Amino acid sequence: MGAYILRRLLLMVPVLFGVTVIVFLVISLIPGDPAKAILGTFATPENVAKVNHDLGLDRALPIQYVIWLGNLLRGDFGRSYILHRPVIDEVLDRLFPTLLLAGAALVLSSVVGLSLGIIAAIRQNGWQDKLITVAVLVGISTPSFWLGILLIFWFGVRLSILPVGGMEEMFGGGGALDIARHLVLPAVALAAVAGAVLVRLTRGSMLEVMRQDYIRTARAKGLSEASVIFKHAFRNALVNVIPIIGLEAGFVLGGAVYIETVFQWPGIGRMLVNAISTRDILLVQGGVLIVAAAYVMINLLTDIAQSFLDPRISRS
Amino acid sequence: MTFTAPKIDEKPASTIARAAPVPVQSGRPSAWRRLTSNSVASFGLALLAVIVLIALAAPILPLADPNITDVAHRLAPAFSAGHLLGTDQVGRDILARLIWGTRVSLAVGVAAALTAALIGSAIGLFAAFYGNIVDMLLMRGIDMLMAFPYLLLALAIVAALGPGLLNAMVAIIIVNIPFFARAVRGATLAVVRADFMAAARLSGLSDLEIVATELFPNVLPTIVITLSTTVGWMILETAGLSFLGLGAQPPQADLGGMLGDGRNLIQVAPHVATIPGVVILLLAIGINLVGDGLRDVLDPKLKSGGIARALAKTAAAPADERKRKLSSLPQPSTATVPLSLRSLETHFLIGEEVYRAVGGVDLEVKPGEAVGIVGESGSGKTVTALSILGLVATPPGRIVGGEIAHHGEDLVGAPLARLQAIRGNRIAYVFQDPLTTLNPLISIGEQIAEGIRRHQGLPRAEAMRRAVALLEAVRIPDAERRVGAYPHELSGGQRQRVGIAMALANDPEIIVADEPTTALDVTTQAQILRLLNELRRERGAALVFISHDVGVIAELCDTVNVMYGGRIVESGPVDAVLGAPRHPYTQRLLACVPELGRAERRIDPIPGLPPATNALPPGCAFAPRCHLADGKCSVGEIGLETIGEKHKVRCVHAELTAA
Repeated sequence: MGAYILRRLLLMVPVLFGVTVIVFLVISLIPGDPAKAILGTFATPENVAKVNHDLGLDRALPIQYVIWLGNLLRGDFGRSYILHRPVIDEVLDRLFPTLLLAGAALVLSSVVGLSLGIIAAIRQNGWQDKLITVAVLVGISTPSFWLGILLIFWFGVRLSILPVGGMEEMFGGGGALDIARHLVLPAVALAAVAGAVLVRLTRGSMLEVMRQDYIRTARAKGLSEASVIFKHAFRNALVNVIPIIGLEAGFVLGGAVYIETVFQWPGIGRMLVNAISTRDILLVQGGVLIVAAAYVMINLLTDIAQSFLDPRISRS
Repeated sequence: MTFTAPKIDEKPASTIARAAPVPVQSGRPSAWRRLTSNSVASFGLALLAVIVLIALAAPILPLADPNITDVAHRLAPAFSAGHLLGTDQVGRDILARLIWGTRVSLAVGVAAALTAALIGSAIGLFAAFYGNIVDMLLMRGIDMLMAFPYLLLALAIVAALGPGLLNAMVAIIIVNIPFFARAVRGATLAVVRADFMAAARLSGLSDLEIVATELFPNVLPTIVITLSTTVGWMILETAGLSFLGLGAQPPQADLGGMLGDGRNLIQVAPHVATIPGVVILLLAIGINLVGDGLRDVLDPKLKSGGIARALAKTAAAPADERKRKLSSLPQPSTATVPLSLRSLETHFLIGEEVYRAVGGVDLEVKPGEAVGIVGESGSGKTVTALSILGLVATPPGRIVGGEIAHHGEDLVGAPLARLQAIRGNRIAYVFQDPLTTLNPLISIGEQIAEGIRRHQGLPRAEAMRRAVALLEAVRIPDAERRVGAYPHELSGGQRQRVGIAMALANDPEIIVADEPTTALDVTTQAQILRLLNELRRERGAALVFISHDVGVIAELCDTVNVMYGGRIVESGPVDAVLGAPRHPYTQRLLACVPELGRAERRIDPIPGLPPATNALPPGCAFAPRCHLADGKCSVGEIGLETIGEKHKVRCVHAELTAA
């Protein structure tokens, strides 16, 4: 097991390296003078020259990359010219709210997705299955930002039972309970699509597993259906579903951009949208890099979870 | 390798192209027909058609100018005079903006999808076609793109290029390229390795011609499927970028931009944000329904409703219906007989076809007796065995006739709980392929112990001790340690020993072994058979042994039943039946068996194929392959007649076949 985790950790290195290459290439796509793009149209020539030099933009592209990567490795992600503070500080301040939101959505979508998927599979073609199938279709077709707006309208405005924005009360707020109350609507909005995708996959995977010979063996032993379904079928279905949960992590981390905007959640997504409109390129770059790194880590975790579940991975 | 290259001038490309397995082709109804015959898909298609037609017709519809502001009539509710869906915050007509906005969203989404499909498919095709370094470089690049959360990379690209509808579209295209590249590469690899590709290469076609005429038609379904899953996302994501203010710029409106405008008005004028959302939702539902339908048509393996799960017990006709024919039979089952099958009929209903897998089987198992069932694949022997405890998969299986009595108790009509109490306890199974019949994620010890706990109610530790003892009994070395091993860590022979240990776990009265050694190599087969036989004799269990191997049956069994076309054609004591077979089928079957030391004997395969059980001929099912067959063989019902002591045969020419 230890060897397996170590191997996965080592495999992460080239992936993270690739992530930096892509981000670097995307940023160097900026048409015209990047320094001007960063500083805005009214920048003085001296400042443009200074930024160009600061960023090493006056050198060849591969050398620029090496310098840039070296800075990253020392934790220097540059400064935000708009916020007047180091990019890494701003990004790290906003990382927790994003991870909290994405994590809550991922847990919610997994719990709901797996349960409904199992129900749909064991009641295949029954009314439960049909109802769930329709709900899934609506779920995967709903734009999450629109769902967020509807939730605000119903639960925040009409019923006034849940806060509609921010992560805690402005005055006298804070504390786990307050944050949890603020988390409900955005987490639901973010989880809907991911959960719907997961229901589909779990259902399909369960149906496929229930056809396997070892399910017949389990039944031939006289085991109860509960044992057949949960101990024998579900565990095997989970082997197919866990990698998808890893992919969904990327999905909710990206989708958080919409939801944070709709709910004024103080996370990286909202920061990115603001940074794009103010052309704060370094902040965008830092935010994208950190979230991408978090995503790579989450995928590592799902791989490890997978290996705990499946002895064929961990014990060979 | 002997491979004769086709002469180039004699073998035009079109011949090869025709040989290529293009999935969507004649013989079956056209893909379009199958798509529209699916009611859900046609609903989606109709929904989509309505939206697209309205959007296309925007210039000729009597709509207000979508960009004319009228602050005096701002935020008019729906159904106001002159504004069917009301007006927005600057008094623009929402209906007009909606229809024009749908046009923009559709155009951008479709253009993005097609571009991503083109670039991604090209990457996938060339990576797979050229392989090696080209493949490695292209696919590593694709992997890097996939390492990002989908939307985040799009944001980074928009950040670099600047907000705007075109730039948003470019971003969406780039993040969707990997899905096409991966899917198409996979599909191409499968085709590249096919034989007709080798033929195409040898025929001297250029790479480009091969890609265009051989590869592309074969991977087209994959491209269409990927397109159908991604086009919906692309429309949603483009709308999302506009919603964030990074896509369409004012005054141009797409659906996402309208939603973004309405977001802050949700308290005063909820319709401004709600209406464009509904249109996006309907559009996405239409696309998803059509996509699902397309996938069902182009890739039946993935068919969403295609896999039916097997129920916990085989479906059965009601008792009075099943037992209609039984009254004419002698010997009603009694409590002294451990297992008796009378007139068992198990059918499979697949589509409109009825497969009569088991067509009236009588079988009796006495205490401690070894009963063999022999026959070719498809003769119904496995289905007979699985019917006993209701383990035939339903759907499509169904027990339509007869009775299965366990000490006089009818098992076919028994409730599931009663069956579960017998399964693995009084009657246990050993299945054919020990690799697929053991659960890959559960240790072998637990797989044995769970059955013991279930039936004997022993505590965990005690059940596990029994499991170790059973592993020792089936001669797994170092059982104490191997009890925690997983199936993939054992050899095939050891896995089947585990299968036998599982069957013995509760000292059953009857063990049903369904070709337990077919998947094993020959030396292991003999060991496993000897072990199975020894252990069941020690414990006094009866055996129902199913095999296509007459030799094994002869060695192991007391009585034998020869099955053909779902029925028993000859039965009786092993010596009588195999020593002096009277049914022509049994005789031919024995002629197929090679004999050691008699090399001069000709092995004589039976001509023809076993019958399909959905189209059994009247009379004797073997008649079409039988050298004795005449008119009498294909008429009416042929009974199983007693011809010697307990020796029965189902043949009208039984008097001709005596040696």
